Amino acid sequence: MGGIKTSIARKVAMALSGLFLVLFLLQHFTINFTSVVSPDTFNEISHFMGTNFLVQAVLQPILIFGVIFHFVMGFILEAKNRSARSVKYGVYNGGANASWMSRNMLISGAVVLAFLGLHFYDFWVHEMQVKYLEGDMTGLNQAGEFRYYEETVAKFAGQPIRVGLYVIAFVFLMLHLLHGFASSFQTMGVNNKYSSAIKKFTKAFAIVIPLGFAFVAIFHFINH
Amino acid sequence: MKLNLKIWRQENKDAQGKFENYNIDNIHGDMSFLEMLDVLNNQLVEENIEPVEFDHDCREGICGMCSLQINGEPHGPDRRITTCQLHMRRFKDGDTITIEPFRANAFPVVRDLAVDRSAFDRIQQAGGYISVNTSGNTQDANSLPIQKENADMAFNAATCIGCGACVAACKNASAMLFTSAKVSQYALLPQGKVEATERVLNMVDQMDKEGFGNCTNTGACEIECPKGISLENIARLNREYLSASLKG
Repeated sequence: MGGIKTSIARKVAMALSGLFLVLFLLQHFTINFTSVVSPDTFNEISHFMGTNFLVQAVLQPILIFGVIFHFVMGFILEAKNRSARSVKYGVYNGGANASWMSRNMLISGAVVLAFLGLHFYDFWVHEMQVKYLEGDMTGLNQAGEFRYYEETVAKFAGQPIRVGLYVIAFVFLMLHLLHGFASSFQTMGVNNKYSSAIKKFTKAFAIVIPLGFAFVAIFHFINH
Repeated sequence: MKLNLKIWRQENKDAQGKFENYNIDNIHGDMSFLEMLDVLNNQLVEENIEPVEFDHDCREGICGMCSLQINGEPHGPDRRITTCQLHMRRFKDGDTITIEPFRANAFPVVRDLAVDRSAFDRIQQAGGYISVNTSGNTQDANSLPIQKENADMAFNAATCIGCGACVAACKNASAMLFTSAKVSQYALLPQGKVEATERVLNMVDQMDKEGFGNCTNTGACEIECPKGISLENIARLNREYLSASLKG
C-alpha cells in the first residue's frame, strides 16, 4: 500500500477492491440462497468450493487479501482525512448536504469488519480445522452424508442472538453498500448518461443482497 | 430583530481561538449577512472592543472572497449563494447564529473569521493555465470550432470562484471539487489538450502537498457550492488523472 501515494490513486484502489468484494457478495449470496431452495445443491456447491484447488489455493487468498486491503486502506484514508482538519467545527450540520451513509462509512465498515470476525469464527475456522488440521476432505458426516447443510442450519436454528447479530450486520452492510457501490463508479471516472441507471442498479443491489443474506439466516432460524 | 451571535475569535494563526457571544439589535431583514457584521463591528468599536475580522470584497457573489461557516454550513443555510448574498430575513428574531471560519489545515486562520486560501492559488499555479503565444500573433480563439456541449461544460467549470466552500463543507476537507473545476475548464477545450497530462498530474500533486483530505463522494461540496459546480467534474478529474498516469 506504500506504493499508492496520491489521493486519487488511493481512491481508485479503494474503489477497485470494493467492486471486487461486491462481486464476491453476489457469488456468496447465490450459494447461500441455494440452502433455502435445495439443500442437495447447497451441499454440492459447498463441497466443490471447499475442495477445489483453484478456489482454495488461488481465489481464497485473493479474497482474503482483498478484504484486508479494503479495510486497511479504508482506515488509512480515514486517518488522513481526519488529519486534514485538526480544529473541528463547533457546529457542523453534515446532514444538510450529505447522507448519513456517505458520512459514516467508517462506522458501517467497522461493524461489517466485526461481523466478519464472528462469521469467520462460525464457519471458516471450523472448515480450516476439519479440512487442513484433521485432514478430512470428504465433506461427509458420520452418517456418510454431506455435512455442509446441516452445519449451516445448526448455526441458526435455536440461535436468536446469533441471528440477531447477523441481521444487524447485514443492515450495516446495506448502509455501506448504499453509498460505496455507486461511489466506486464515480471514483473510476464514470459520471455520464448511464450514471442514473448505475445509481438505481447499485441501490437495488445494496438493498436486495443484504436483505437476502438476512432472509437466509432468518429462514433457517424459523424452519428448524 | 435581535440576535445572539456566537463568533470565533482568534488573534492569529498560532493563537488559541474561542467563541465569544455578542448580542445585536436593530437588524433588518433586508440587510445582507455581511452588513449585519458591519453593524456588529460598529457596535464593537464604540465599546472599545476589537472588531471581528472577516473576508469580503465585491459583495455581489462574484469575487469568492467572503466565506464563513454559518450554523454549520458554508455560506449559510441557503443554496447557490455566497455569504454576501445571504439576507437576514433568513433568520428569526431571537436566533443564535454560530459563525466560524472555514476550517481546514490547508486554510490556516489569519485572524478571527479570515482564513488564508492561498493553497488554491498554488494549485492553480501548478497547472491551471494554457501556454499562449502573446507576441502579437495570437490566434483568435473563435477560429477553433468547439462542440457546444463541451463549451458549456467548460464554462460551467470556469464559474468556480475559488471561495473554498467545497473544502469547508467536506467532512474530509477535500479540495477535489475546486481542483476538478480548474482541470475541467481546460480539459474540455482544444486549447487545453496540449498540456493536459502535466496539468492534471501537477495540480493533483500540489493539492495533496497542501494537506487537503481525500474525496469520499459525499456530494456535500456540490450542494454547498455557490456556483453549483457539478460532481461530474470530479469524475472527469479522476479520468484525466488515470489517463495521465498511464501515459506517465
